[in-house]
Amino acid sequence: MVRNVAIIGTGMTKFGEHWEKSLRDLIAEAGAKAVDDAGISGKDIQAIYGGTMSAGRLNGQEHIGALIADTLGLNPLPSTRIEAACASGGVALREAYLMIAGGHYDVVVAGGAEKMTDVYTEQASLALGGAADQEWEAFFGATFPALYALLARRHMYEYGTTEEQMARVSVVNHHNAALNPLAQYPYPITVDDVMKSAPIAEPLKLLDCSPLTDGAAAVVLASEDFAKKMCQEPVWIKSSAQASDTLPLHDRRLVTAIDASVLAGKQALERAKLKHKDISVLEVHDCFSIAGIIAVEDLGFTRKGEGGKAFEEGVFDLGSDVSINTSGGLKACGHPVGATGIKQAVEVTLQLQGKAGKRQVDAEYGMTHNVGGSGATVVVHTYGRDV
Amino acid sequence: MPHRKSLALVWRRREQRYKMVGTRCATCDGHFFPPRGFCPNCRRKGRIEEKEMAGTGKVFSYTTVYAPLEGFEELAPYVMAIVQLDEGPRLTAMLCDVEPEDVEIDMPIRAVFRKISEDGKSGIIHYGYKFRPNKK
Ligand SMILES: [Zn+2]
Repeated sequence: MVRNVAIIGTGMTKFGEHWEKSLRDLIAEAGAKAVDDAGISGKDIQAIYGGTMSAGRLNGQEHIGALIADTLGLNPLPSTRIEAACASGGVALREAYLMIAGGHYDVVVAGGAEKMTDVYTEQASLALGGAADQEWEAFFGATFPALYALLARRHMYEYGTTEEQMARVSVVNHHNAALNPLAQYPYPITVDDVMKSAPIAEPLKLLDCSPLTDGAAAVVLASEDFAKKMCQEPVWIKSSAQASDTLPLHDRRLVTAIDASVLAGKQALERAKLKHKDISVLEVHDCFSIAGIIAVEDLGFTRKGEGGKAFEEGVFDLGSDVSINTSGGLKACGHPVGATGIKQAVEVTLQLQGKAGKRQVDAEYGMTHNVGGSGATVVVHTYGRDV
Repeated sequence: MPHRKSLALVWRRREQRYKMVGTRCATCDGHFFPPRGFCPNCRRKGRIEEKEMAGTGKVFSYTTVYAPLEGFEELAPYVMAIVQLDEGPRLTAMLCDVEPEDVEIDMPIRAVFRKISEDGKSGIIHYGYKFRPNKK
């Protein structure tokens, strides 16, 4: 018997460069906000799952499970760190969800954090490169942006996707981020800005790429009984799905799609008994602009090869049938790697609660899509206002 | 220093990186590079044997890298590619002896043995395959 699970509280720090704050400070801030928002006390919480990709490389700190419990004053609760590269947050959310759905706990905190500006950019790049295959990609000179550039070039070749269409993904993200006070880059940009930005790994330019970001996010999950008793406006996790694929990009069936996204997306909709037209708010993993295009294709919101055109035509603009990345996405809200999957859940929850401020859209159901590496891990969740 | 480059790690991958030794499944004729110890198609019915790849293939996708990894600074901008080997497997490698603007998808290429990177001035030098245009 699988039990219903609700999000009853959310919290996040501003995303950006927090030179004055440590990883611990960020976790404390997001965790305390989420628990306050839920209106519960520490003694209601039974377990913690926290996602971080590379605290060891970036901060010299491992043993993050213990650090989180200690920082939040939640000893002696079981506290577990989850690592799945850029999908660490989404997988932490899923683990927390499964524990409540399976009847093991009634109240669990799921969080994510990354403190990326304590090291120089080169060190951060090396840490992020850890999401790729070290022996068969990075050894030969492939950077993380290079992998997505390889994906982009093949997509351009097979489907005629253009650099201007990719730029549109960044433009949409920045438009939405300008309405989000917690976003790293809260200002609009133009297609021309993207096209004129410095090349990183052609055809990807600086403004096609998500930035280095410090930040943390947390949600409090609860069983149906607890949620109905304690929370005025719970947002229900309607489904959770996760899939894996080969670690290196070159070994996959296709380079122009992420099969793990296709599978997890399909399973998530089926399990929730939802259709594409039900979803009106969608956070996709746009670590690079091309990833946003491929995500809407893989998740079935456009036909294969038509994602670029759809972004160009404004299909996913704020307030359309499916508003994409109302938070500003990874590109403009920022991408503190381990926090991203949780931030996506926070954003969809705020939208469904009607608390998204200037970027509020009309939505009954939402979806989040969180990718690890170049697509070796994908985790998808759906959310709704009704149980 | 990146730990992908420890001496032990380099040593145990030399057969593959120096000579492109992969595996072949005698049951289904599937070729694997890097080598797989069991066949994902045939599983327990697979019969895996060593197989050296010919080192010829074509460009499946490519990118010019302007922001290099540590140890590759002197080479930037350089071209990385997904290579489709004639035997079937794909791999990721650097292209050499070609200008970035002359690279295109489906271009015939062949493997050559080259220096890949250097761990600083006094560090070890890493060798392996790169691919260059294969004029017919
Ligand atoms: Zn076989």
